[in-house]
Amino acid sequence: MIRNARTATSRTLLTAVATCALLAGCASDGGAKPATASSKPGPGMGKGYSHDPFPSTYKAYPGVPTLVTHVTIFDGEGGRIDDGSVLFADGKIVSLGQSVAAPAGATVIDGTGKTLTPGIIDIHSHLGDYPSPGVQANSDGNEATGPVTADVWAEHSVWPQDPGFSRALTNGGVTTLEILPGSANLMGGRSVVIKNVYARTEQGMKFPGAPYGLKMACGENPKRVYGGKGREPSTRMGNVAVDRQTWAKAVEYKRKWDKYEKDGGEAPSRDIAMDTLRGVLSGEILVQNHCYRADEMAIVMDMAKEFGYHVSAFHHAVEAYKIADLLKTNGTCAAVWADWWGFKMESYDAIGENLALLQKNGACGMIHSDDANGIQRLNQEVAKALASGRRAGIDISDAVAWEWLTYNPAKALGIADKTGSLKPGKMADVVLWNGNPFSVYTRPEKVWIDGALLYDSGNPKLRPVSDFELGQPGSGDVK
Amino acid sequence: MKRLLLLSVAFFATPATAQSVAITNAKLVIGDGSAPIEGGTVVVQGGRVIAAGKSVAVPAGMPSVDAGGKWVTPGIVAGFTRMGIVESDGIEETNDTAARGSPFHAAIDVAPAVNPATSSIPLNRAEGITRAIVAPDNDGSIFAGLGAVIDLGVDRAPITKARAFQFMEYGGGGSRSGNSRPAMIAMFRNALAQVKDYVRSPAAYPDQGKDALLTRADASALVPVANGTMPLLIHVERASDMLALIDLKRDYPALKLVFVGAAEGWLVAPQIAAAHIPVIASALTDLPATFDQLGSTQSNIGRMKAAGVLVGIGTIDDNEARQARLEKQYAGNLVALTKLPGATGLDWNAAFAAITSIPAEVIGMGGEIGSLKAGRRGDVVIWDGDPLELGTGVNAVWIDGIKQPLRTRQDALRDRYMLPGEGALPKAYER
Repeated sequence: MIRNARTATSRTLLTAVATCALLAGCASDGGAKPATASSKPGPGMGKGYSHDPFPSTYKAYPGVPTLVTHVTIFDGEGGRIDDGSVLFADGKIVSLGQSVAAPAGATVIDGTGKTLTPGIIDIHSHLGDYPSPGVQANSDGNEATGPVTADVWAEHSVWPQDPGFSRALTNGGVTTLEILPGSANLMGGRSVVIKNVYARTEQGMKFPGAPYGLKMACGENPKRVYGGKGREPSTRMGNVAVDRQTWAKAVEYKRKWDKYEKDGGEAPSRDIAMDTLRGVLSGEILVQNHCYRADEMAIVMDMAKEFGYHVSAFHHAVEAYKIADLLKTNGTCAAVWADWWGFKMESYDAIGENLALLQKNGACGMIHSDDANGIQRLNQEVAKALASGRRAGIDISDAVAWEWLTYNPAKALGIADKTGSLKPGKMADVVLWNGNPFSVYTRPEKVWIDGALLYDSGNPKLRPVSDFELGQPGSGDVK
Repeated sequence: MKRLLLLSVAFFATPATAQSVAITNAKLVIGDGSAPIEGGTVVVQGGRVIAAGKSVAVPAGMPSVDAGGKWVTPGIVAGFTRMGIVESDGIEETNDTAARGSPFHAAIDVAPAVNPATSSIPLNRAEGITRAIVAPDNDGSIFAGLGAVIDLGVDRAPITKARAFQFMEYGGGGSRSGNSRPAMIAMFRNALAQVKDYVRSPAAYPDQGKDALLTRADASALVPVANGTMPLLIHVERASDMLALIDLKRDYPALKLVFVGAAEGWLVAPQIAAAHIPVIASALTDLPATFDQLGSTQSNIGRMKAAGVLVGIGTIDDNEARQARLEKQYAGNLVALTKLPGATGLDWNAAFAAITSIPAEVIGMGGEIGSLKAGRRGDVVIWDGDPLELGTGVNAVWIDGIKQPLRTRQDALRDRYMLPGEGALPKAYER
């Protein structure tokens, strides 16, 4: 929560910066004309350049006050109410409990036999930057031209017409997702968090106020890609060497810019890649680190301490279960699959009990997809992980397991104060399932995002069709 | 060679008595699309099912297992896989799926490469998969080679049927086959013409090595395809491509075609049904991942079945080396579709048949595997719940009537790390 509070503050400042950047000599100098460069006052911390040049234009669609009654509720933070009610209005959760009175004019839905949950959050997706159809012309996920491309922003690759968004919504109940650059590079670039609502522009999908992420990768991919080109890194030690060299430069860059913003003088040269790394070092941008092996995660956590940053989550952390204690101590989450394994050497030790063992040992775990198909069934992935854990004697309730789908990814993305659980005041990102969502026989029945009904299985008009699919075979069909 | 392997297995692991078992008090699923039978019994003798049903007597002296009312089914037949011929796709050194640079294509036979110690085999066995259809991957030709049907037993004799089918790629994605569609058709017609030459006089067939359009070995391998004694499995996704292949079959009526993939099959389902071409389809492909799959929908299998197509489930370009176990989940999802307005799914019985008896029938082995009808191989699974439901576990597996070990390498890793910290000695000493 400390992280969230800090982020919220910096976001507020950013708005001011964005405005300020257009006005010569605004901020605190009061229009005073310095005589020499060295005596120019600084613009103020965080105000030397815009931190939000592509601002979100997302706006919630209208909804109606809605009360779902007699429904099983997983609140996303481990709570469960049987035969309960949830009321949301004006895009926000209003109240939930055993019984909630319907305000006048509210739509009342009988949830008997159904389950109501927060909308699913996928912390690891490439929808939009590796969209369908997966043709070369659409392949925009990996800027694999250098091992450090912290300068690229995934949002500049996101094609908002990816048909995959609709499947994630209607089959998966996914309401929020983080789109990351690929893992060819040690520092692959900035990620972006979006709401799963089609828009004409990427900015129109962008989650308002969500912090950026920096995608990093350890292990096989960077060393294979660049080793194959005959350049550093070609080994795991090369990976860490290039990372450390880059962080050392970033520390220097941050020092110069901090000094300038505080004390003034000549503005240092801008470096778009270093802007991102400075953002990480100042806690404004969260590190999302692709890393499979336990030993490599331990090295990365030490490297983070060396340079003064924090890893928010390890992604694809198939060996997280081997170091659940270390992850807990470092306050770093692990985002994992339920049963992917063995597709490469570093995934060889994947086990089905990974999530359950993380939970058992007090570490923060979550499910993720990394896949346009997997994102359609993350609830089923958790069901499998939960069953594996229970068979191994690890007793975790359904309601607690739901944290792996919503609250924990919200925390790791720095948006847990806004979504990820059914707490009054939070965004009404809600899924009504037509049964127990941990059963294979259950599907989303209705999905609301910010209180707007954007999928209804009983209403073909509430089934989104991307531009690409419009007029194609089966356009508007059940997919 | 095969006979020797079988003998050695019999010597080491399978005294004949071990191949007989009766399982009683079961929620019994035959696998042929019929409904589960409460209080059922299945009797396996000498490695084969001799009876299964409600009022089946257990022969005197036969070892018997009380299933306690649990689900008992035939083992899952994985409809399309590359299990046993690759340990890990990303570890090139372990990958025998495709032959880069080989002069041979249709003649490539996966059977000798199948390694029962591949870690996908015990893992999938522990999840109730007992047989798999194993296909080679193509490289440099439309013809990928000869596929096999294998069992997932712990013994060293994995081959149920070698040279069970020929596998071919057709459609877009030219890089995979190195050809345009018209060029693929030309190659196909030429191959069948050359096979005729070969059949007329094998000794006179010119073998020009790498320069040959069809080597002697490839021609020989295609003889049973041309005369219809071997199924030809063709990976094809686009509706118009399926129609083109149906047209091609009119010129070569002996061909026994099977479509694999068939994402747009629902668009031409009546034609597929009329041509009597069975299908092994991906169950949940619903994205226009390629321009061949624009019409993809999860209702594909349900709609094809409703049109009269014999259609089973496979893992086509879908972690096919390792994740056949997901077919249970896929089948369950097709049942879920029956509650979704506008969608077409399968009822539970049909969904279970789609991962047991139907793939067996599609490959021409319905009399051998895929159900608990009398005469089939004794592949039986006891489950701790509904086998299509998420997280249902397996209590016991028999293959050819032989009880199988179910512990995996993953189980051992789990046990070692149940507590993450080191104890009195390093983790390497815990086992």
